[in-house]
Amino acid sequence: MSNPSPIIHTLNPTKWIDNYSDYLFRYTFIRVNNHEVSKDLVQETFFSGLKSAKNFEGKATERTWLISILKRKIIDHYRKINSKKGQAEVRMNFYNDGENEGDWIEERVPQSWGNEVEKKIENKELQHQIDLCVDKLPQKYAMVFRMKTIQEIDTQVICKELDISSSNLWVIIHRARMQLRKCLEDNWFNN
Amino acid sequence: MFKKLNITCNQATSICDKSQYGEASFFDKIRLQIHFIGCKICAMYSKQNVLLTKLFKNKAINTKRKRDSLCMTYQEKEVLRKEFEKQNV
Repeated sequence: MSNPSPIIHTLNPTKWIDNYSDYLFRYTFIRVNNHEVSKDLVQETFFSGLKSAKNFEGKATERTWLISILKRKIIDHYRKINSKKGQAEVRMNFYNDGENEGDWIEERVPQSWGNEVEKKIENKELQHQIDLCVDKLPQKYAMVFRMKTIQEIDTQVICKELDISSSNLWVIIHRARMQLRKCLEDNWFNN
Repeated sequence: MFKKLNITCNQATSICDKSQYGEASFFDKIRLQIHFIGCKICAMYSKQNVLLTKLFKNKAINTKRKRDSLCMTYQEKEVLRKEFEKQNV
């Protein structure tokens, strides 16, 4: 019996929007958590796909091929928010430098949340407060934090998709959680 | 050896955060427990952190429930279609 010949996939750009726009949009939104940005990245993906359609070899399905283009767009987006402009956003320090390096800065130590705390976490509005606090983070912290904690994507997958090291990821998660804890404390638990 | 067991509050809370995802090493967790003996602040941070993780978990469940409804509006797709057709000639 002879080997079946491999399937050669073809591109059909006129059907892209009907067939893949929802799928690509969802894939993007899960990572960037912003409607406008997701829409733009999907559009750019389709345009890039058109431009490089002649390089399509037919080895992967159309959808897989489009996703690989989209993944590069997402890395570009991450690098953009990680650039100088992104880093100018406020990052709060919680620890001393110099002699007492790594110790808590006195006025930033965690405060006790009191006895009613279990009741407070049942509140539905708290879900909204979490969003408000995450939105206050520097953009790249918010993106990595959401991917890891809210979308529960594997560490290895995030590192690969954003082209960062795992130690880099954990520094970001640590700083994000420090800032979120403080924000929720100020606006919810001790309010 | 003993020096390696000694960590700063910054390192302690960092390990604490990592362990919220079940990804801290055994040795790190030992160092963390030793740090807690002498540091009530980090011990409290850790307790609060468990609570935050519970919160975020709830948030994750609610967010994933809405995943299927994520999409562009009809109008947005039509705008995209027009732009796309201009390119696809």
